[in-house]
Amino acid sequence: MNSLLSLYQDIILDHNRSPRNFGSLKHATHEAQGFNPLCGDKVHVYVEVEGNRIREIAFEGSGCAISTASSSLMTESLKGKTLDEALSFFESLRHFLTQPPDTPPPAGLDLGKLAALGGVRQYPTRVKCATLGWHTLQAALKPSGLPVTTEHDSHA
Amino acid sequence: MAIPLFSPKNPVSLAGRIRVLRDDFPVLREQIHGKPLVYFDNAATTQKPRPVIRVMSEYFEKQNANVHRGVHFLSELSTTLYEEARKTVADFLHASSPAEIIFTRGTTESINLIAQVLGQSLIQPGDEIILSELEHHSNIVPWQLLCERTGAQLRVIPILENGDLDYEAGMRLFGPKTRILALAHVSNALGTVNPLTSWIRRAHECGALVLIDGAQAIPHLPVDVADLDCDFYVFSGHKLYGPTGIGVLYGKSSWLERLPPWQGGGDMITSVTFQKTLYAAPPQRFEAGTPPIAQAIGIAEAIRYLKSVGYTDIQDQENRVADHALRRLREIPRIRLIGEPRERAAIVSFVLEGIHPHDVGTVLDQQGVAVRAGHHCAMPLMEHYRVPATVRASFAFYNTENEVDIMIEALEKAVELFGR
Ligand SMILES: Cc1ncc(COP(=O)(O)O)c(C=O)c1O
Repeated sequence: MNSLLSLYQDIILDHNRSPRNFGSLKHATHEAQGFNPLCGDKVHVYVEVEGNRIREIAFEGSGCAISTASSSLMTESLKGKTLDEALSFFESLRHFLTQPPDTPPPAGLDLGKLAALGGVRQYPTRVKCATLGWHTLQAALKPSGLPVTTEHDSHA
Repeated sequence: MAIPLFSPKNPVSLAGRIRVLRDDFPVLREQIHGKPLVYFDNAATTQKPRPVIRVMSEYFEKQNANVHRGVHFLSELSTTLYEEARKTVADFLHASSPAEIIFTRGTTESINLIAQVLGQSLIQPGDEIILSELEHHSNIVPWQLLCERTGAQLRVIPILENGDLDYEAGMRLFGPKTRILALAHVSNALGTVNPLTSWIRRAHECGALVLIDGAQAIPHLPVDVADLDCDFYVFSGHKLYGPTGIGVLYGKSSWLERLPPWQGGGDMITSVTFQKTLYAAPPQRFEAGTPPIAQAIGIAEAIRYLKSVGYTDIQDQENRVADHALRRLREIPRIRLIGEPRERAAIVSFVLEGIHPHDVGTVLDQQGVAVRAGHHCAMPLMEHYRVPATVRASFAFYNTENEVDIMIEALEKAVELFGR
């Protein structure tokens, strides 16, 4: 039960139950859809970029607690950030989530509430759930034309 | 070979027999996260009994050689074992001859083989292929590909809310353009057992061919292809207590003889020159290259094992376990059973309101309980029920009511964890 409690921390359950910034954006400048083919999770991320800053960000879709909470926390943490900041933050987060369970976050990286996602490190199959929304954001900001999946994320 | 010491109709002795049979499956003694394994993912793949493991390792240790191509002792032995395996499968299905049995890599490959060769020979633009809303992706996508290549069209038999095929609506789809009916015998996601006879008869009245996807049927119920009168019947070894890497395609010989080859290569020819190649008769025509020899020997042993357990006890035990699961699941508030078919094979699908199946799966796994959480390669069906995924518990005869109770306790834990 202990490792389940570290996976499903209160903050995760809270964001799962009442996801923040849930819905679409009328004035989105960027958007993308992502899928987790393993479990059928779907997410649609909308971003309104002004200059090179994220002015508004929202998401909708259906997913497990981990993917819903992660997307919700993502929208909270990225509002007001520049595009470069957002993308490089995702790189750091992804690196953190694919490290062995007890690895501390690298010095200088403040994960804030997103540190609660660290519980997935004990559940390699669930890392993809935690990164789905982020991959989708990345696709929205840097469209490659390819469908977004999380097939490449697993423990390094 | 197990002798039926216990009367199948006596529940006490059946439970005793199951305890003994469980010992045939070494993996059932494993601990997962420190808890005894409760394996309820049998529809994905079944565990392997010792006799199957033994014949396969014996084959590698003492008999290994290639088939159909050597005069030396081991090659002849391997060929004999491989062809005997084919005969075992033919007898098991009540096929009229071993030549009606083609070994493939699995259900998926069997369906693709038929879809491809029919596409080359029989299907015209405007022809119709009928399948059902219950199908596994592997009985959808090969037909879609066939439609793309040939200009044929898919028609889909809808289901009723309880997960049975909608007989009236489905029957109306048949007509002069119907060329193929491709239908699951048992649904992998809901457990629905389809009443095949009337569908097969209707398809044949239209002059259509019938392929039955038996992947989920053959582990649970006796199949007689002569009685069913289907043209093709397909299944996988690994869902039948046998190895992965092997599947079966049964085809009526009248059809197999008329169909063109699929893959080209060794073993499927009678003579090759650069001007013209003569193809071998079935089944060799459809088995290019070195076949899965050890796996064929393994599937034959799995069939012998299954017969020694007997479908009577298999069904009695699986029904007991499934009924117990349904009864206990219904006691959990906020549970929604997905599909309540009239006739059910040992598969139960459900969702817990407010908890995503993926999360349920992780909580159960922590208690040693292996279930499938996902769309079960049946996305159109999930769409029908407007759920992204379900939790599926699928049972085998080696499962027990006590294991169901462990799953229920774990589900209660999930409710508690997410309700806090
Ligand atoms: C009904 C059904 N058809 C086809 C398949 C595909 O079988 P395989 O993956 O062994 O080819 C499955 C297995 O999941 C199934 O349940």
